[in-house]
Amino acid sequence: MDDLWFSEYHTPDVRFSVRVSAQLHQEQSEYQRISVYLSPEFGRFLTLDGVLMLTERDEFIYHEMITHVPMAVNPNIRSVLVFGAADGGVARELCKYDTIETIDIVEIDKRVVEVSKKFMPHTAKSFSDPRVTLHIMDGLKYIRHNKEQYDLVIVDSNDPSGPGEVLFTKEFYGGCHNALTEDGILVSQHDDPFYLKDQILLRRAHVRCGSVFPINKVYQAHIPTYPTGHWLFGFASNTLHPVNDLDAARWNALQIQTRYYNTNLHIGAFALPNYVEEALQKDE
Amino acid sequence: MLDQTKTPLTDALEAVRSERIVPFDVPGHKRGRGNKLLTEFLGEQCLSVDVNSMKSLDNLCHPVSVIREAEMLAAEAFGAAHAFFMVGGTTSAVQAMILSTLKSGDKIILPRNVHQSVINAMVLCGAVPVYVNPETDLNLGIALGMSFTSIERAVLETPDAKAILINNPTYYGICSDVPRIRALAQAHHMRFLADEAHGTHLYFGKGMPVAAIRAGADMSAVSLHKSGGSLTQSSMLLCGPNVNADYVRQIINITQTTSASYLLLSSLDISRRNLALHGTDIFHKVTKFARYAREEINDLGDYYAFSKELINGDSVFNFDETKLSVNTLNVGLAGIEVYDLLRDKYDIQVEFGDLGNILAYLSVGDKSKHIERLISALSDIRRLYKRERKGLWESEYITPEVVYSPQTAFYAKKISTPLDACEGGISAEFVMSYPPGIPILAPGERVTNKIIQYIRYAKEKGCTLTGPEAMDIERLNIVSGVEAHG
Repeated sequence: MDDLWFSEYHTPDVRFSVRVSAQLHQEQSEYQRISVYLSPEFGRFLTLDGVLMLTERDEFIYHEMITHVPMAVNPNIRSVLVFGAADGGVARELCKYDTIETIDIVEIDKRVVEVSKKFMPHTAKSFSDPRVTLHIMDGLKYIRHNKEQYDLVIVDSNDPSGPGEVLFTKEFYGGCHNALTEDGILVSQHDDPFYLKDQILLRRAHVRCGSVFPINKVYQAHIPTYPTGHWLFGFASNTLHPVNDLDAARWNALQIQTRYYNTNLHIGAFALPNYVEEALQKDE
Repeated sequence: MLDQTKTPLTDALEAVRSERIVPFDVPGHKRGRGNKLLTEFLGEQCLSVDVNSMKSLDNLCHPVSVIREAEMLAAEAFGAAHAFFMVGGTTSAVQAMILSTLKSGDKIILPRNVHQSVINAMVLCGAVPVYVNPETDLNLGIALGMSFTSIERAVLETPDAKAILINNPTYYGICSDVPRIRALAQAHHMRFLADEAHGTHLYFGKGMPVAAIRAGADMSAVSLHKSGGSLTQSSMLLCGPNVNADYVRQIINITQTTSASYLLLSSLDISRRNLALHGTDIFHKVTKFARYAREEINDLGDYYAFSKELINGDSVFNFDETKLSVNTLNVGLAGIEVYDLLRDKYDIQVEFGDLGNILAYLSVGDKSKHIERLISALSDIRRLYKRERKGLWESEYITPEVVYSPQTAFYAKKISTPLDACEGGISAEFVMSYPPGIPILAPGERVTNKIIQYIRYAKEKGCTLTGPEAMDIERLNIVSGVEAHG
């Protein structure tokens, strides 16, 4: 096999590399460079502007953790709004709940959706579910014009320097607050806490959620292909506490099949390392 | 027809860089090697072309080769007979325009909302201003353009005036009837000058208000570094065919540096190329952004992003759609408050905020997602901070009484006087108020009780007042004796 490697700079001084057996796709869309590679270790993986978004092997961790945590806190969730999520992984997990009635997905780059459908059919399969509606538009514009109320908003955004930038802003969180029902939950991805440049983003996202929602917690998961492998999510709500309001028995009774998430892990995921707690409190 | 794809000045710089000439001349950083920290900060590419004029690079004070070629290309691109590259900001272009047109005692007709560089140039040359009231939109709290009838009246009352100067457009995008004013100036043998600091794009965009030089103006100061994309402080002075460009060069050289920065000059060369080749597309895109943003902002409620509906055939003869000004008064917030919130809470920097408006500067560098951010931030500010509408800004126009020329007053014997005791005296200095960006006093004008009240009012409203030696504006320098020369 040729010695081909995909490399991503996690910092200017740290590089993460995956051996590549083939490049399956490459294009420049209106917004970004979209590539799909095949690798011996992670199967197919998708990158946007050179940043690894998801791999076939470990995507389940991210997608389970960003959906089942809020779903187990409030099993009465009927309507969900998802930003980003062009790969369809979040929708796939949400579709496991018969109680969910509508899933609106807002993504700016329709090419990512199309590429995911073609190359990541396992992840993208739920785009055909009748409950899923895809809106190709800017997230800020959607939330500004939105008159609907949602029980759950999931922000599955990527890099804040790319097209996903708008999903990290104060004006966006303000819009999310408007779009949520009284018991609504906002879950967003918060980057890794270790590298300083990422920690700054984490703190900023955390402070912004906190300026809008009284309950504002952070939880973690291990995702091998993301920087440091230690990934954080934000859980914010007006009324629901992610651990105190967890209804474990009810969730377990649903018998939803998961490979990473379980209700014990749910509680543990909110127990953060000391340095992370310190970082989060710096700006508070 | 010249080849607008050429960049003669930039090419010459590139050649100097690749020739690896050993520098035993200034600047002393020697292509950055002598100032490591600066080189790290600005980049080696940048420092390696921060050079002095030399044989192959021509000389801005006496251009005969590559600078001359670059200026000829620029002149053609703008439709001017001659273009001067300027390195002292548009202030230096305005100065050169005034100094090459007016001598001591000459009169010039101009709107009161001129940039202060115009009046400062009069301090230097001794010209006498004849001000025309720019009408004011009381609802928006902004100065408009001069109505044709008021300019005509000024021309008839001052038949010996040497020139008429206009803003094209104003900061807010308001344009006057340029061709008609030009015809008036021509009929009365007056020079027609334009401050087009905010109008570079008018020369390249389609369907825009008319650019002054294209309408036959004699001279225009054009801030390429604003909508034209060149480096801050670079600018151009354009001349029509009836202006003696060699005399203008002599005037420019009185105050211009003899060490003009090649960073600034090359930025003018490259920007001119870009505008000449792609200007139409670029400003089509900017106009599209502005229209979209305006529509979305007006949809938010309470905000008013104004545009062509202001056109009234006179004081607003035309409107420059690329200027995204948003009136904030119905949100119950002063423009300056929205400006601060955008900066402090949303990481968005807009060009300025005055009492009633903010101005977001749109350009070729904007991206859709950033336009969305601005719109949504305004939406979020309304959600969080909306209040009762506050009292209107009463910015009544006070007709200045010009007693001495700005020069006479500026150089006169003067006494620092407490503000409240200044009534009846003649100011030796400027008082500028932002907003509305119109001088309250210029050197040589009588201080009336109304003016003192206005200064107090503007201070109380939180306007930024600049000009006087006393930075708190509690004292003014009042003329006590006039030398014979004025």
